[in-house]
Amino acid sequence: MAEQASVQEVADAMYKMIKDSMGQKKWKATDLTKAVNELFGERCDKNIAKSAIRDLIESGKCVYTYFGGSFIEIPHKEGAEN
Amino acid sequence: MPEKKRKTPKLDELEKGAWPSFVKEIKTAAEKNAMAEDLLGQLERSYEEKIGHWKHGGIVGVLGYGGGVIGRYSDLPEEFPNVSHFHTMRINQPAGWFYTSDVLRKLCDIWEKHGSGLTNVHGSTGDLVFLGTRTEELEPTFKELTDLGFDLGGSGSDVRTPSCCCGMARCEWACYDTMALTYFLTMHYQDELHRPAFPYKWKFKMSGCPNDCVAAIARSDMSIIGTWRDDIRVDNAAVTEYAKSGMNIERDVVGNCPAKCMEWDGKEIKIDNKACVKCMHCINAMPKALAPGKDRGACILIGAKAPIVEGALLSSVLIPFIKLEPPYAELIDLVDRIHEVWSENGKNRERVGEFIQRVGMGNFLEAIGVEPIPEMVAHPRENPYVFYEEFFEEESEENPKP
Repeated sequence: MAEQASVQEVADAMYKMIKDSMGQKKWKATDLTKAVNELFGERCDKNIAKSAIRDLIESGKCVYTYFGGSFIEIPHKEGAEN
Repeated sequence: MPEKKRKTPKLDELEKGAWPSFVKEIKTAAEKNAMAEDLLGQLERSYEEKIGHWKHGGIVGVLGYGGGVIGRYSDLPEEFPNVSHFHTMRINQPAGWFYTSDVLRKLCDIWEKHGSGLTNVHGSTGDLVFLGTRTEELEPTFKELTDLGFDLGGSGSDVRTPSCCCGMARCEWACYDTMALTYFLTMHYQDELHRPAFPYKWKFKMSGCPNDCVAAIARSDMSIIGTWRDDIRVDNAAVTEYAKSGMNIERDVVGNCPAKCMEWDGKEIKIDNKACVKCMHCINAMPKALAPGKDRGACILIGAKAPIVEGALLSSVLIPFIKLEPPYAELIDLVDRIHEVWSENGKNRERVGEFIQRVGMGNFLEAIGVEPIPEMVAHPRENPYVFYEEFFEEESEENPKP
């Protein structure tokens, strides 16, 4: 059995996905979980994905946003604040 | 301190009449809070123009949380600078909405220091709602709230703050401890409450009996409503007392029974308990004479929602009877299976009730590993989703096609 991916490794992959698709796609937590499951295969389970999301949020690298549903994004200036 | 007192002729109309007025309360707050003063101005403007002047924010919150703060901005910030930011904070209420007056004063002190001082006690979500603050005040408010033992509630695509009736604290009809279960679910699902990971919102609401005082059946994705499975307890001497005092038992109790399972011969009341649908009418009409049975638990229903993306749904029976006692392992196992199936397959902004409608109850039940039973049929001839395979024999030489 392959060695499990580290939380940091998965968090970095998630961050890259979010950054690369900024302005084109909004990611929900479940979308990110599915994407890293596909990327890492059996090396990444749901608990690792969950911990990676938590790390991204608690480090401030990403934030939860709400636009009809809840998404995970890189912090940016609130459009409605203008 | 606000310097100017605005003229608000349209809002003033809402102070007239015999009812409490939110305008009166905002005016009281405006005497010492500039946000409340500007709020009056913006509201008056909206009433004049028949246009709302709020914009929805989507980013503001406290570090680590994805819910509990709803961003609001004015689209007239130059005219009403004190409400240019006017965010709402949802505060997780104690189960059953019990507070001490000391705690309420402290909560109000926090909000007068950091926000408009205006509250909704309680909002329709169940939370205690703080109305109106600036982005930079969110973290300091959160810090003071947690120091006082409070936390933010849910918002967005997460487990919303579980809420319940006052249950066994004040009501003899509570069939299970709603407040204990609400507290348990709140603590058990902390991660799901603060970190949105579902296709859309998920609401638990707990009612202690079928009177359903929190309207769980109409408002919650999972409605947990107290019920009993033995016989209604009857005190015939007390029934006779109701008759002597002028109650028309035949017309007002027996005649209103939706299951027609009662008889009254002038001396005693007889109930065919197998036919009883637990509507509570007779018990509500004669509380001194009738009471729910002693073998109590709850019915779990699934799928209610208010009309937002699609139309309103009432929840329907999933588990007809379950004993609800700590550690609630059976309930948690069921909820987790539902969450997993819905999270994996639900579309964005699809409530679980809509998800069930889309995939079909039969497929949903199979996916969560629950056997179909007759109690799940919401309406006759409406959901023929059960395919009884044992009644269909494959065509073979011994069993040719007729």
